[in-house]
Amino acid sequence: MKKRVVITGLGVVSPNGVGIAPFSDAIKNGVSGIRFFSELRDLNFSCQLGAMPEISDEKKRAYLSDLQLRNFLSSGILYGIIAGMDAFKDANLEIAKMDEAPFWDMGIVFGSGTSGVEKFREAIYKIDDKNVRRLGSNSVAQTMTSGVSAYLAGIIGAGNWVTANSSACATGTEALLMGYEHIAQGKATYMLCGSTSDSGPYIWGGFDAIKVTNYKHNNSPQNVEGPMSQGASGFVPGSGAGAYILESLDNAEQRGAKIYAEILGGALNTGGQRLGGSMTAPNSTAIQNCIQNALTDSNVDASEIDYINGHLTATTKDPDEIENWSLALNRNGDDFPYINSLKGMVGHCLAASGSIEIVSSILQLNEGFIFPNVNCDVLHPKITAIISPEKISMKLRKTSLQTIAKASFGFGDVNACAIFKKI
Amino acid sequence: MTSEEIFALLEPIIKTYLPQDVSAQEINRSSDLTRELNINSAHLVDIILDIEDVFNIEFKNEDMEKLRNVDDAIILIQQKISS
Repeated sequence: MKKRVVITGLGVVSPNGVGIAPFSDAIKNGVSGIRFFSELRDLNFSCQLGAMPEISDEKKRAYLSDLQLRNFLSSGILYGIIAGMDAFKDANLEIAKMDEAPFWDMGIVFGSGTSGVEKFREAIYKIDDKNVRRLGSNSVAQTMTSGVSAYLAGIIGAGNWVTANSSACATGTEALLMGYEHIAQGKATYMLCGSTSDSGPYIWGGFDAIKVTNYKHNNSPQNVEGPMSQGASGFVPGSGAGAYILESLDNAEQRGAKIYAEILGGALNTGGQRLGGSMTAPNSTAIQNCIQNALTDSNVDASEIDYINGHLTATTKDPDEIENWSLALNRNGDDFPYINSLKGMVGHCLAASGSIEIVSSILQLNEGFIFPNVNCDVLHPKITAIISPEKISMKLRKTSLQTIAKASFGFGDVNACAIFKKI
Repeated sequence: MTSEEIFALLEPIIKTYLPQDVSAQEINRSSDLTRELNINSAHLVDIILDIEDVFNIEFKNEDMEKLRNVDDAIILIQQKISS
C-alpha cells in the first residue's frame, strides 16, 4: 500500500518575486521579470533579454555565512539554497542541532542543468594559466551538480537520501516525482525537492546559438509575445529556483502541518528521439503517453482535470503542446481545462522552470485562482482551432480548482507530468 | 619580520576560517588549526593561499604537510621570507 504524499512547504526564487508572498502577488498581477541586459548586448547575443531573480547582499547573508560566501560565484546554488530553506521553514520544520544526530527521515532531491558556470569559468582560467594550486577549497562544492542538495543537507542536517537529478527542462517536475515515490514507498517521511538554474550568458549562450530565443524585442521587453500567442517566436531565458517539502499525509496530519495539496501521482518517460522526437524536439506520442500514464498512476479520469500548467515556452511549438494535451485528455473546445503558462512573466527558467511553475501551480490550486497568461493579445489560430479562448485567461480569474496537471518537457526528448489535488 | 609582526598579519587570516562557534580570542601561537580551532581541513589550502598573497611567498606541497599550528605557520613564513 503506497503512502499518500502531500506538500507542506513552498519556496521560490523567481525573476518576478523572491519568496512565496511576493511571488504570489506578482503572478496574480501579471508582473514580468523579463529585462534587457547590457551585458548580453555587449557579448553580441541575439536575444539580449533575460530573467534573473534579484538577491541583495543582505539576503545572501541571511542564508549563508561570510565564510561560505567567500569566493562564492554559483548563482544557481544560491537560488537553490534560498528556495530550499524557505520551503523548509514554511513547513515549520527544525534543523538538526550541530551536536546531535541528523534528521534521518528527511531526504533531498534537488536538480540542476549545469551548476556554477561562473565558478567553473574562474577555475578554467586558473587551470589554463598553470595555476591549479590557486583554485581554493570551494571549487568542487560550487561546481558539482549535487551542490544545492549538499549545501542544503549540511544546513538542515538531512540524513536520508540526498541527491541531485538532471533532465533538462523537466528537472523540477522529475525531482518532485522522485521525492514522491520515495515517501510513497515508506522510505522517508520528508523530502525537500526542487530545481535550480544559474543565471547569465554562459548558461543562456547555447540557446542563443540555436536560435530558440526571442531576438525581436531587445528594446521593448514588455512586448515579448507570450506563450500561446500568434506571434510567439522564441523564449526569453530565465533563471531561479523553486522548492517544495513533500511529506507523508499521516505525518503531516499528526503534526498538524499546513497542507497545500496532495500529489496524486505522475509519470516520466522519453520519446526515444523517435517518431518526430530528437535531441531538441519532442515525440508527441510520448508526451500523450506521459500525460495518460500520469492520470492512470493517479487514478484520475481525464474529465476531472480542472487546470493545466503548461510547459508552453512561447515558441512556434506551443500549438503542438495544446494538441498533445487535447489528444491525451480527449477534451477540446469548451470542454478543455483552463490552461496557462508562467513563462510569459519569468521567461524559460530552464532546469528551474518545472519547480518554479509547480510552486505557481500549487498556489493557484490552494488559493483558488488562475494567474493571467500575459502578453498574449492574439491567440495562435492553431490553438483556438483546438480549444476555446475562454480557457486561456488574460486576466486574473478567481475560481475553485480541485485537480490539476503540470507537465514539463526537456531536451533529450524527456517528459514529466504530475497530478495534484486539493485536500 | 619578527614572529610578533607575522602573527599580527596571520591572525586575521585564520579568523576568517573559524567555525561560528569558535571565538577569535582562542587563536594563540600554539593553537592547532584543525584540532583546537576546529577549522575544516579543506580550508587549510585557503589559509595557505591567503598567506601567500599577504606575504608574497609561495608554499610547496611538502610545506603544507608541516602546517599544524600557528607557530608552524610563523616558522614557515620566516623561512620563505628570508630565503
